[in-house]
Amino acid sequence: MTEFFRVLTDNWSLYVDGFTNTVYLFLVSAVGSLLLGTLLGAFRVSPIPTLRWFGAGYVNIVRNTPLTLVFAFLVFAVPKLDVNMEYLTSAFVALTLYTAAFVCEVVRSGINTVAPGQAEAARALGMSFAQVLGQIVLPQALRATVPPLVSVMIAMLKNTTIAAGFSVLEAGAIPAYMAERGEPQFYVLLWITIGFLILISPLVLVQRSLERKWAVAR
Amino acid sequence: MSSFLYDLPGPRARLRNQVIGVLTGLAIAGLIAFVIYKFAETGQFEARKWDQFKYKAVQMELLNGIWFTLKAAGIAAVLALLFGAVFASGRLSDRALLRTPSTWVVELFRAIPLLILIFFGYYVPLQYGWPIDKMWALVIGLTLYNGSVLAEIFRAGINSVAKGQSEAAYGIGMRKNQVLRLILLPQAFRSMLPSIVSQLVVLLKDTALGFIITYPELLTVGKTIGGRLAFGLPYLPTYLIIASIYILLCGLLSLLAWWLQRRLTRMPKAKADVKPLAVTETAGPL
Repeated sequence: MTEFFRVLTDNWSLYVDGFTNTVYLFLVSAVGSLLLGTLLGAFRVSPIPTLRWFGAGYVNIVRNTPLTLVFAFLVFAVPKLDVNMEYLTSAFVALTLYTAAFVCEVVRSGINTVAPGQAEAARALGMSFAQVLGQIVLPQALRATVPPLVSVMIAMLKNTTIAAGFSVLEAGAIPAYMAERGEPQFYVLLWITIGFLILISPLVLVQRSLERKWAVAR
Repeated sequence: MSSFLYDLPGPRARLRNQVIGVLTGLAIAGLIAFVIYKFAETGQFEARKWDQFKYKAVQMELLNGIWFTLKAAGIAAVLALLFGAVFASGRLSDRALLRTPSTWVVELFRAIPLLILIFFGYYVPLQYGWPIDKMWALVIGLTLYNGSVLAEIFRAGINSVAKGQSEAAYGIGMRKNQVLRLILLPQAFRSMLPSIVSQLVVLLKDTALGFIITYPELLTVGKTIGGRLAFGLPYLPTYLIIASIYILLCGLLSLLAWWLQRRLTRMPKAKADVKPLAVTETAGPL
């Protein structure tokens, strides 16, 4: 048991650095993917066919590509086009591009859950497109959107570990460092697990309470 | 298509939509042209960079990668389905002694990042001087994570069957086992199948994590092929080819999910022969 705690106290700075980077990566990519995903979601319900096709094409390609491949593409292939990014920037771009496809799908299906009669009634009252969307559809769609969005964000938080395979020091990279230091990996990994449980639990609780609260109202 | 958001466009809106449509079309074409220009500028279209895909040996390498990917995915899929079935029945059990630990296991493995689970399978046996094959490290991780997600899918599917079904079954004197096996499962299966297949697509995609522990699957093979100096480090061609293989594989599975969903949600309903009241003259959208 003392061995178990020693692993954490001896390597405290590595754990702190790792998880700080994980949180940083998560926050930046969360903002990026929410913005890009919402934009793509808007494309997919827009009256302009070109935008709809673009959104659908993007989602279908990205959703069927492994995130690890997106990472590998950005880290190994893109520099060959004379576009050079730091590893951390690549990780941020990869997570954003990948997660945006899932955000887009959540936004789109959220809008689709609103009964057509709602928008039709609003239009019959003479509301403009902006009013219909802003005052009638989006407030209702939000109920169906936020809980699954939190799920997508939880998945992304876990996906940040993949950056470890591409030279970013974050929580997933700790085992490789520890292997060099000869620390017992089982304890090392247990501490990483505990770290992620601490990060994820509040998100899960928020998601469940929102789901419960809003499920009744519909 | 959520066309209920807006009215049928009138002449002005149609014109405006067409103008925006053409502009965005041009913007997208410009983006693609820029990428192609960048490719050409940095010499990505040189024959040298694409040459090696003509060789039998390289094609075999790729096929080998696909085989390793599919092998890990196949084994993990079978094990994950078993894991899911066991823990779903645990969570549905009436005995708290079975229910509580099953709930904890499922919640725990869903919360741990998959890569960390794979590291557990990879580093921990290594630490005790009993290294296992990299494939099994990958399979263990995939099984634990996807099995837990599948357990939730199974549980939700069984809970989604109308309550009257099981009440009626109990009412005619069936035992719990019979109710589950004869009444709930056949009906739940219909609603669950699409989500199960989608989760298997996720599993197939996640085999790419094997790259990080250097399991020789498709992505690892891609790194090898792309890193050949003699062919001018053809990372871009290689990854484009590998991406299309993944998209094709996952696309086929997604297509299966979509097809199943369409087939299974088509309830056998009696159809009334509806005759139009009056023949409409305009053939426009109604």
